[in-house]
Amino acid sequence: MDKFGYTISKGRQINYDTNSRHIAEYILERENSFRICIECGCCSATCTTGAFTKFSIRELQILIKRGENDLVRENLKKCMLCGKCTLVCPRGVNTRNVIMLAREAFQKRLKNAV
Amino acid sequence: MQFDPFIIPFNVGLYFILFYAVARSVIWFRDLSRPDKLRLQRGFFGRAFGQSLKDIFLESLIHRKILKSNIRLGYMHMSLAFGWFLLILFGTIEADVFGQSHLNPPYKAIFFKFFNPDHGRSGIEAAYSFWMDLLLAFILSGLLLAVIKRFSSHAVGMKKTTRLKTLDKVALTSLWLIFPSRLLAESFTSGAYGTGSFLTGTLGSALASFLPAMELSYPFWWLYSLSLGTFFVLLPVTRYMHIPTELFLIFARNSGIRTGDKPGAFKEIQTYSCSSCGICIDACQLNFSAGISNIQSAYLLKGIRNEEDVSEIANNCLMCGRCDQKCPVGIELTPLRMVMRRAGEVVKSEGNIWKRYFPDRQTLPASKLNGHPSYGWLPEPESAKTDVLYFAGCMTHLTPAIKNSMVKILDASGVKYNFMDEQGGVCCGRPLMLAGQDKEARELINYNSQIIWKSGAHTLVTSCPICYKIFKESYYLDVEVMHHTQFIQMLIEEGSLKLNFLQKKVAYHTPCELGRGSGVYDEPRQVLKHVARLQETGFDDENSLCCGGSLGNMKISYQKKSKIARDAAAELTKSDPDMLITACPLCKKTFSSATETKVADIAEIVVEALVAAPSKKSKPALVSNLKEPASID
Repeated sequence: MDKFGYTISKGRQINYDTNSRHIAEYILERENSFRICIECGCCSATCTTGAFTKFSIRELQILIKRGENDLVRENLKKCMLCGKCTLVCPRGVNTRNVIMLAREAFQKRLKNAV
Repeated sequence: MQFDPFIIPFNVGLYFILFYAVARSVIWFRDLSRPDKLRLQRGFFGRAFGQSLKDIFLESLIHRKILKSNIRLGYMHMSLAFGWFLLILFGTIEADVFGQSHLNPPYKAIFFKFFNPDHGRSGIEAAYSFWMDLLLAFILSGLLLAVIKRFSSHAVGMKKTTRLKTLDKVALTSLWLIFPSRLLAESFTSGAYGTGSFLTGTLGSALASFLPAMELSYPFWWLYSLSLGTFFVLLPVTRYMHIPTELFLIFARNSGIRTGDKPGAFKEIQTYSCSSCGICIDACQLNFSAGISNIQSAYLLKGIRNEEDVSEIANNCLMCGRCDQKCPVGIELTPLRMVMRRAGEVVKSEGNIWKRYFPDRQTLPASKLNGHPSYGWLPEPESAKTDVLYFAGCMTHLTPAIKNSMVKILDASGVKYNFMDEQGGVCCGRPLMLAGQDKEARELINYNSQIIWKSGAHTLVTSCPICYKIFKESYYLDVEVMHHTQFIQMLIEEGSLKLNFLQKKVAYHTPCELGRGSGVYDEPRQVLKHVARLQETGFDDENSLCCGGSLGNMKISYQKKSKIARDAAAELTKSDPDMLITACPLCKKTFSSATETKVADIAEIVVEALVAAPSKKSKPALVSNLKEPASID
């Protein structure tokens, strides 16, 4: 029977229960301010990298918390660590350290991953 | 031959430490890179030798730098180091002149009184005894200060003193015991024989009046010898290793060896040269403003010596360089920290006491692994041809007033320029470098370099000291890199900028990366003197404060950052200026929210003072006026 093309694209459903949150936990252990992000998007608005690509640090933080590590890994390497996001953050989240820690975590768990 | 069993501990210790110092020096020399070896050879047998001897005398013995900054602390160090040196020197002369034979082994000089108890009754001998007593009193006065410092560091003008580990404490105790035990041993002997000068003689006769001086002197000679021996044997595994290492360091530095950006033997030598004196702790704003007192350079170096994982300490630092300026040994602390940042986490090694005497060569990765190249998505670098290239930098885009002011100044000056990152450019790479990610930084450097090459510019002007430092140091460019303060100063000197004098009092804050980081102190002041009345802040030039916003610190929380900013701003605005002027967009942004005083960049105040140029519209009008007479019939 025809499958009407349904097998062409991958399944899009996300199961948060099976996602591994070890990257998020690694960051939360070391950078407390990661908790207080209100996802306002100021960081993404000012982002140097964001001016060139679709990279969004706000999205990245959400993805890290959800444990969608494959997506995080793809995007993490784009950051230039320039620190503008940290300066504009209205909540005082040390976003620069969040990125650093995420890189560190990937490096430790999966050798040479990011 | 004069001999007594009590001299054995001293002799064992002395010959051990002499042998050890030679062996360790050979190992360090072997570990130096080839060019550094040649430098050291040339320095040792060349002109630098005299300078090194002078430095050793002034810094290792007199402790000139500490004396300059803190007289009590300097006196404490000087009396112990210089006093001890003189005591040994004159003790050797004493043993040579007044002893039974010439060219004695060292113990004869150290225990001279024991072997020659009758010495010093009259004439020149008594005068010499007086001099030796005076030296001992000099050392003891310093020792008294040292003991007081241990229990109350405020007494010697220090806010904090370093925390010690067990072995350091044992070594410290044996060091403290050396001179009092010498005093008591000599006093008892003097008391028994009725000799000695104002110190040992007086104390000796007083003690002999109610104690059996003869019997009591012997155990104190044993104690004296034992404490000397213990001190010498423990020296290599404690902070006192700085005494022999500093000599090596002075020779190496005067030969032109620098830390650079790679780990190596020179880094190790500097690590062991640290005496943990704690001056860097007092200089650190993280300590006196933010209350973080376990990450200062003394602790970083201690951690490296003990082969602990120091990555957390290394990353928690503003990299402002205040400690570099204050360090009495002149250790390049910030470059050392950068080396540790690049290395990332280091696996802690086994703590074996015997291993610590001859530690393995410290092998650090030159850069930590961060995986594959990351910035392949950058667009093709392009640029129009121009003379002067203006690079605002990321931080300047957050403070548009600076950017707009610079555009006005560039327009007014009439130079042909191009705004390199008008639409938001690529980061200069310094923030990545400060995070220890050199490989990635290199990619951005290459990208920006291509744009600059393609523009054909001869001058690159930047508004951000962070960018300025990396353009200057890590880009291999054939253009003149200028901070905008230098550029404005040049324009004023050329006469391209006409400025009014504003009736304003201003205080100038030297940004860390511009001042201590790149050595630009004079130009900003020169510019400011043209436009306003400049006030002294007490934190000028090398002694300038950090605003706290530094990109150098990865770990510090927002709250502590703003505490540092508020404290620094309060210090700078003490004399109530109309404006607080800085030359860094990051400093401006940090201070703006930390003080009531108006904060502005140098470019902004220059624009305010700019004499309005004759408007361009009037020129074509003049030309048209000239044309009119042509139409005559």
